[in-house]
Amino acid sequence: MELLNAIVVLANFVLIPALAYGSQIALGALGITLIYGILRFAHFAHGDIMAFGTGIVILVTWWLQGQGIGLGPFPTALLALPVGIVATVLYLLAADRTVYRFYRKVKAKPMILVMASLGVMFVTNGITRLIMGPSEQRFADGERFIISVRDFRDWTGLAEGLAFRSAQALTIVVALIAMSLLFWFLNRTRAGKSMRAYSDNEDLALLSGINPERVVVITWAIAGTLMVLAGTLYGLDKSYRPFTYFQLLLPFFAAAIVGGLGNPMGAIIGGYVVAFAEMGITYAWRRVVGYLGPEGWEPAGLMQILPVDYKFAVTFGILVLVLIFRPTGIFKGRTL
Amino acid sequence: MTGYLRNVALFAVMGVALALTGMYQSWVLALTILNMSLISAVMALGVNIQWGYAGLFNVGVMGFTAFGGLAAVLIAMPPVPEAWAVGGFGAVLGLMLGAGTIFAAILIWKRLPPGKLRVLALILTLVVGYMITRFVFAPATAAIERINPATEGYLGGLGLPVILSWPVGAVMAAGLAWVVGKIALGLRSDYLAIATLGISEIVIAVLKFEAWLTRGVNNVVGIPRAVPRPVTLQQYDWVQGVSQRLGLGLSDTARVIELTGYALLFVLVLAVLIWLSENALNSPWGRMMRAIRDNETAARAMGKDVTRRHLMVFVLGSGVCGLAGAMMVTLDGQLTPGSYEPLRFTFLIWVMVIVGGSGNNWGAVLGGFVIWFLWVQAEPAGRWLMDALTSGLGVESALRSHLMDQSAHTRLIMMGLALLLMLRFAPRGLIPEK
Repeated sequence: MELLNAIVVLANFVLIPALAYGSQIALGALGITLIYGILRFAHFAHGDIMAFGTGIVILVTWWLQGQGIGLGPFPTALLALPVGIVATVLYLLAADRTVYRFYRKVKAKPMILVMASLGVMFVTNGITRLIMGPSEQRFADGERFIISVRDFRDWTGLAEGLAFRSAQALTIVVALIAMSLLFWFLNRTRAGKSMRAYSDNEDLALLSGINPERVVVITWAIAGTLMVLAGTLYGLDKSYRPFTYFQLLLPFFAAAIVGGLGNPMGAIIGGYVVAFAEMGITYAWRRVVGYLGPEGWEPAGLMQILPVDYKFAVTFGILVLVLIFRPTGIFKGRTL
Repeated sequence: MTGYLRNVALFAVMGVALALTGMYQSWVLALTILNMSLISAVMALGVNIQWGYAGLFNVGVMGFTAFGGLAAVLIAMPPVPEAWAVGGFGAVLGLMLGAGTIFAAILIWKRLPPGKLRVLALILTLVVGYMITRFVFAPATAAIERINPATEGYLGGLGLPVILSWPVGAVMAAGLAWVVGKIALGLRSDYLAIATLGISEIVIAVLKFEAWLTRGVNNVVGIPRAVPRPVTLQQYDWVQGVSQRLGLGLSDTARVIELTGYALLFVLVLAVLIWLSENALNSPWGRMMRAIRDNETAARAMGKDVTRRHLMVFVLGSGVCGLAGAMMVTLDGQLTPGSYEPLRFTFLIWVMVIVGGSGNNWGAVLGGFVIWFLWVQAEPAGRWLMDALTSGLGVESALRSHLMDQSAHTRLIMMGLALLLMLRFAPRGLIPEK
């Protein structure tokens, strides 16, 4: 009984939230890693374009809600997703045409491209704040819980309850589908293979007749889709605020680097590593330890290694460990 | 010499713009812009040292600036004796234990032979060290925060003149940069960017949540001034004389004189920094740095230790950013950890360097002036622009009122466009590198 209670507490406060959060980070990090692998620069506008795309999804969601259109138990935002994805991909392609393509042509240093992405970041941030405002926006609707704490207690008779929110379930399911589709695409289709070839060896790929501009367009399309997915799921699961999305850059990059920049599988695993470490280290373990330890042994302190305010420090710590011990990431980077 | 004349003309235009602001808006505003421009110019110099001389990409300017700003509190605020009595010893001992733990861990890693034993010893040291540190540290800081929490609740500072905090802030930021550089330099160039992005968020988190040191989100206000306050100035006879001669109100005159005082101090600092950086850039050291920047492999082949040079330049540049941070907190008279945001304190500085001309000290300074001026003036301009654009929508339009409310954000778009246009069409900036 005690053991079960401990597991339930752990699942409720660490395992399930970390799984959902990790899926969101993984989707973002996948985008970072793909752009790095194909376009060969660190895309700093990632968080802000994610905020932009999610903003479009929110606007469409509001409009649909106003029209009385919904999906019953599912959030209306799912219906709005395609619009957000199309808008974001178009926005990214416009940015590529007007900004990035020129530097690709003159074979500028990667740092110049990073600088250009800072400019895009500024512009996007301004547009998003102009449309959505800087404050928090809510757009979640539909059924809130799949399992609520009280139901769980009634069913199982355990002292501890477990809540499984539908946004968390949705995140995990959607992320799994998106990842499987991505790997299927990269490994099975012609376009996907040409992307991998281009990432591996640009010159050889060009020599075998792969059209680089097409590869670039596909990359932006995939990255844009992943961004809007990650952003919408994050917004449904937690909340939408443009600045929070900007701050997600750090876990995204950390996950991509931990997994090896340019390596999609690595980005996914990196995402979960970052999420579980962040949650585990900032969680107060007192109740779990209380259940596991002998009777009356409940510790006096919170048993929290770091306060929640320092979750960035955890991400940074993982990053530092990887930089010191395995600078190329857990998996070797730069292969798609 | 045409290039020289052109540069002088650019600075003159900037001066005229400030003068016009003074005449048509207000002199207090013009001087406020000038002071922040001077501070921004110092920050831009710091970034220019890293990017322009050595090609290092630091996106953690905010962190180094904020950390330097902390020095103003630690140096100038009066100490809180009760807080020191209840927790000073514990807090300092805790910090030393924490540092000792990390030092011991590094020593173990370096001295012991590789293998399972080393990993085990490392983990054991870290865990035990962490627990001992926490055992000493946590009660001490909690006790400090309980002392008079409405106005104090922190250790206070040393009660020294605030000007002293400028070099101290520089040294603190430089020390932080050394740690970051040790970890992230010598790897792929993007890694430094990510590491600095991370450390700057952590510095802000520390300032926000370590209330025993910084009062956290409650802010430290009333930091002793470097120049007498306007209230004090108003009582002097000569200030009253100046007020009558200028025909300006007494309180405005006092404010103008105060701001001028700060401007003079900042100009002095900036002049010394430019003199130092110009000499450095034109010395054998500067030529070596540029050689490394332009071709690392060749420089390495010539026997230059690229990683060490990078570390040096990174530390120097971050130190300058820390200096600017301490200057800014001195000017504001308060430390408000909640007000640091990366767009304003990191990425705007980058726009300054790129627009001004990376690799050229005067360019960075000019960029600091131009961009800060635009940043301040873009707000009313954005409102005016938005008003003009949406005037067709009618007064009652909800969309229009929403856009008008958010019009301040158009300046972000303007800054982004400035960066993109310069990068594309004049990548060498307003004052290009020689």
